[in-house]
Amino acid sequence: MKLHLTEEESAFREEMRTFFTTQIPQEIRDTVAAGRHVGKDGIVETMRIMNKAGLAVPNWPVEWGGRDWTPLQRHIWHEEMQLASVPIPLAFNASMVGPVIANFGSQEVKEKFLPPTANLDIWWCQGFSEPDAGSDLASLRTTAVRDGDDWIVNGQKTWTTLGQFADWIFCLVRTDPEAEKKQAGISFLLFPMDSPGVTLRPIKLIDGGYEVNEVFFEDVRVPGENLVGEVNKGWNYAKFLLGNERVGVAPVGSTKRNLATAKDIARSTGQLDDPLIAAHIVELENELLALELTALRVVANSADGKPHPASSVLKLKGTELQQAVSELIVDLGGPLSLASGATDESDVPEWARLATPTYLNLRKASIYGGSNEIQRQIIAGTILGL
Amino acid sequence: MDFTLDEEQTALRGAVRALLKGYDAEQRRSVVAEDPGFDEGMWKKLAEMGLLGLPFSEEDGGMGAGPVEVSIVAEEIGRMVAPEPFVEAIVLAGGLVAACGTAEQRAEILGAVASGASLPAFAYAEPHARWNVAAGGVTASQDGDSWTLTGVKEPVLNGARADVLIVSARTDAGIGLFVVDPSTVERTGYDTIDGGRAARIAFDKTAAAPLGEAGVDATEALATVIAAAQIAYSHEALGAMDVALTMTTAYLTTRKQFGVTLNRFQALTFRAADMYTSLELTRSIVTWATMVLQDNPRSADAVEAAARAKLQVSKAGRHIGKEAIQLHGGIGMTDEYAVGHYTARLTAIDHLLGDGREQIAHLSKTLGDHDVVEPLP
Repeated sequence: MKLHLTEEESAFREEMRTFFTTQIPQEIRDTVAAGRHVGKDGIVETMRIMNKAGLAVPNWPVEWGGRDWTPLQRHIWHEEMQLASVPIPLAFNASMVGPVIANFGSQEVKEKFLPPTANLDIWWCQGFSEPDAGSDLASLRTTAVRDGDDWIVNGQKTWTTLGQFADWIFCLVRTDPEAEKKQAGISFLLFPMDSPGVTLRPIKLIDGGYEVNEVFFEDVRVPGENLVGEVNKGWNYAKFLLGNERVGVAPVGSTKRNLATAKDIARSTGQLDDPLIAAHIVELENELLALELTALRVVANSADGKPHPASSVLKLKGTELQQAVSELIVDLGGPLSLASGATDESDVPEWARLATPTYLNLRKASIYGGSNEIQRQIIAGTILGL
Repeated sequence: MDFTLDEEQTALRGAVRALLKGYDAEQRRSVVAEDPGFDEGMWKKLAEMGLLGLPFSEEDGGMGAGPVEVSIVAEEIGRMVAPEPFVEAIVLAGGLVAACGTAEQRAEILGAVASGASLPAFAYAEPHARWNVAAGGVTASQDGDSWTLTGVKEPVLNGARADVLIVSARTDAGIGLFVVDPSTVERTGYDTIDGGRAARIAFDKTAAAPLGEAGVDATEALATVIAAAQIAYSHEALGAMDVALTMTTAYLTTRKQFGVTLNRFQALTFRAADMYTSLELTRSIVTWATMVLQDNPRSADAVEAAARAKLQVSKAGRHIGKEAIQLHGGIGMTDEYAVGHYTARLTAIDHLLGDGREQIAHLSKTLGDHDVVEPLP
């Protein structure tokens, strides 16, 4: 047992820290630190800077821009990025469709899509959930029917995050409605969002913002070459994707940063002297420490690259703490947290104006990426054998 | 960074586990029914394996092992809820002698402790002091070279059985530690809720020898030895929680109601999943605290890490202990079935050397000193 990073690992951490704090524009980092939306341009600019330095898609195979890092190095990269308030590489590209294409796509598909995906020249969105297929994703009903070499797609997707910025969609479609198991009749298709027959409708959320959409498909024609891997094997690729999604979904670094911000707010508003507030922050800091150490344990002990069973703990507890910190900031705001519509003219500070929208927005964290109930199901079934 | 045991440590764990294997619920019940509340034969066997001298230096008659080895033994004891007072006697009482005693005292006391010939107990708790070791309900008076103690300590774990007492008392310098011959004090023993034993010990101008140099304030030394004991207790609790969860999941997959095994009910399996989450978070922070202690024994960092481990253990111990009984149902309430004893021991450990709330109060004092808590040095 030892706690220290090796000399190489410490040097690596320093290298990441220096890169993220000096190479990403301060304005973008300030925006993230303040809890404001970065917007499409900021995300694209950041990912391109990172890609140029070979830091956008380290989890990919080396020949496609990945780095042959240890799980611990990847963890350090991820943490330092969040601690520096750097927007993480677009998940739909970097940790979802990219690895699926790299692992299961044909050489042609890889060559066509991986470089622009890493550089965010293509902005991807995710076509998984449907109105009647949420946690029970395999019940999806969007169909793709053969027409010569092409596929004709009909149906509807929902909760399509940032679909309004997307150039392409990766989509789970039913290609064999007769399959004995519903999981066996699903394929993984790629097509442009401006294909004829694709309609996007934004969904306004409780925080007042638009970040998710409904997407409708009416006789959308997709060339056969845009099917990833094999027909009817899409569920395997989706499971692979969701496994990756779960690993990165515990936002330890950003929650740590937000908790430090909350403590600053508590201090500057005199509330850190309130023993109840102080006690609450102590508890959150301790739980976050336990979470971070669990993440370190998982990366230190997962040499084979497979997701560790405790990954579900990370998602479950990570999102709970992320939400708890946002809730604390609402409480620190007190009555000011109502003033979400106030402007710079107002006496209400920006953190208080953003507190409640952020808190409400983050309710999503325990729903997406496999809801926390699904994580409990995984823990009970896979780990505890119940 | 490495959270795993090396080969020798794994072998130690295997050996301790094999030694304690006989502690099924029935064996434990018969042992704790009789004074001194643990198995003297088992204590001898622990001594023969070198475990009672584990943390003491070789020149003091010990094995010179570190906090990781201590944590392995504590965790195995916790897994069996074995009643042998390893943390109390070896890590805490023995640890104080090792930290503060003169070379002579160390050789005399620790040699006998390591061989199993002498059981030490640390008398620190006082009826109205909660966990304040500096409360001063027992005072020390000096007359030339000789010292006497007056006041009451209670509850003193293993106080009636102990062969040597280490006592904290108020002195002019602050808090002092003393060695007392138990035959010179009035001891009233009784059972504790976890199957152990404790005593009320009354000192009335009782002769006492300063542990180490006379008239030195022991506050700092106490804090660091208590930290080591808190971390060892945390491992004992971790072992107990682990087995309590295993027993619970085993029960859920075998017990039938409404014609099906209980694991068919999601209301129950989800709660077991939450117990697992509590357990794994606890394992992470407790293991971390041990490594902090290993790197910086007797440091402020170790004291803080111990408080952090103990806080998590308090929360998780309550959570897992209560749910283990609830998910078992009525059988979990019985003395005959083991799971309730795990909960009793977890409750006891929570209230030894400061519960969760006490740790929060302690950690609150330094809350403003850091932006974030950094686990890695």
